[in-house]
Amino acid sequence: MGLDLSSRDREMLDGRHGPAAAMAMSIVARMAEVCGADRLLDITAAHIDSTIYVGDATLEFAERLAGLGAKVAVPSTLNVSGVDEHGWQEWAVPADWARKAHRQMVAYQSMGTTPIWTCAPYQAGARPALGQQVAWGESNAIAFANSVLGARTERYPDLLDICCAITGRAPAVGLHLDAPRAATLLLRLVDVPRRVQEDDAFYPVLGCLMGHLAEDEVPVIDGLSVVPSEDQLKAVCAAGATTGRVALFHIAGVTPEAPTLQAACRGGRPRREVAVTMADLREWRARLSTTSSASLDLVVLGSPHFSLDEFRRLAPLVAGRRRHPDVRFLVTTSRLVRDLAEGAGLLRPLAEFGATLTVDTCILATPMLPPDIRTLMTNSAKFAYYTPGLLGREVVFGSLDDCVDSAVAGRVVTDLSGWDD
Amino acid sequence: MGRLIPGRLLAPGEARGTALVSREPLSFWGGYDAATGEIIDRAHPLAGERAAGRVLVLPFSRGSSTGTAILLEAIRRGTAPAAIIVGQPDAFFALAAVVGEEMYGTRLPVVVIDEARLAEIGTGDTITIDATGALSVA
Repeated sequence: MGLDLSSRDREMLDGRHGPAAAMAMSIVARMAEVCGADRLLDITAAHIDSTIYVGDATLEFAERLAGLGAKVAVPSTLNVSGVDEHGWQEWAVPADWARKAHRQMVAYQSMGTTPIWTCAPYQAGARPALGQQVAWGESNAIAFANSVLGARTERYPDLLDICCAITGRAPAVGLHLDAPRAATLLLRLVDVPRRVQEDDAFYPVLGCLMGHLAEDEVPVIDGLSVVPSEDQLKAVCAAGATTGRVALFHIAGVTPEAPTLQAACRGGRPRREVAVTMADLREWRARLSTTSSASLDLVVLGSPHFSLDEFRRLAPLVAGRRRHPDVRFLVTTSRLVRDLAEGAGLLRPLAEFGATLTVDTCILATPMLPPDIRTLMTNSAKFAYYTPGLLGREVVFGSLDDCVDSAVAGRVVTDLSGWDD
Repeated sequence: MGRLIPGRLLAPGEARGTALVSREPLSFWGGYDAATGEIIDRAHPLAGERAAGRVLVLPFSRGSSTGTAILLEAIRRGTAPAAIIVGQPDAFFALAAVVGEEMYGTRLPVVVIDEARLAEIGTGDTITIDATGALSVA
């Protein structure tokens, strides 16, 4: 087989489009060989996860490309960074970290990108259409682009997303093509009450279970009796891409490539079928909490970044209430959504409640939490899953209502009605 | 000379080390501490193990796109595994290894072998990877 490069690809490789394009093309071509691609294809947009600063290596990579004069060839949005550019000093972020993370932001901005600094680009203006070929990084966003929007992206790692953006090219493999988008694993909901399906907490838990069961397959979920909201689908994406490697899933009758179960399978039949029961869901819900202690230091919402609709849901829940003085309340979102929420009058009740906002980043991507914050509560499966390992702190998972009620009570309160035996 | 398993090098290099094996995939972001080379995903069977300098054997990567960035940082710091063996071609690991060689001159071989043969490697085995990607397991 072997990789067949176009004449323009070869020009880039030979340096005729500048040294940055040559470096980027050499990496794209190299990864195309790793994935067994026989050609590259044109992409129309990119979302760059390489923005996340994790140490000198990511900064040196960014500054090397920027120093070579790298410019993106397609509209390219930027994911979260390692620091809230204007708000980091309100938290415990070390100055050296902030300085280096900011240098990395500057490097990626210099490449002609669109600095939206969010892990939910699809709720901040970047919404590729059905069938559109893109190269997206950020695991939750990859799953959303493929599953909810029907756009086509492989699962791009950091460092490769920016190389695709610079060259405008990507290996023609996997989810860019038709056949690999067919569902091969059928997850059938069995006796999951409608009341549970209407509960926000159901979706991140379902996503975790899906990610765990899917291994390397494309799952299709059948048997939902409600139509989930966009934010509920977002929660499934983030969770499935955390406990697993889900980059595409279908929900029969809901997602764009699955008007029916048959359509989701593209004419084939699922290789495996697994029943999803309340017992499975209860087990995964329990696994998202590391402690049963009631003590609580921080409620954190917004992974993926909080949307305008989520602010609309949260505002009336906190209106006229006040958080307990010992429990901080943090929402992470993008600058754009913050400004829209401000304009819609949704931030005033939050401020009166005692909530604070962080933009550009989140608790997992910047070392912002002071040591006296030992136990977190969240409605996000992604925050819940990564917190123990990445932050070394205890975590409790709950619904949005649970999170607000707990912040007011000053201790963990969860309402499991509907989930009980 | 131990058992031989053919492999394909996704990122070049030779290595010899002690195997650390899991049947469960791993996200390096949130799962691997680049400062220490320790596996920190508390829900993972290898949680608490030090993978630095060992031959890490996994079916594939899962989770965050930033896994590649963490592995690159580990290569820079000298806390990366000596080699990574996977059961499917994995761009996340291979990319970090390729860029790591380019930036820091350190090779980290990434080898894909037949998925069914992953079970032939156990934690504690001594693995030798030659320049063609063939493994010897003893």
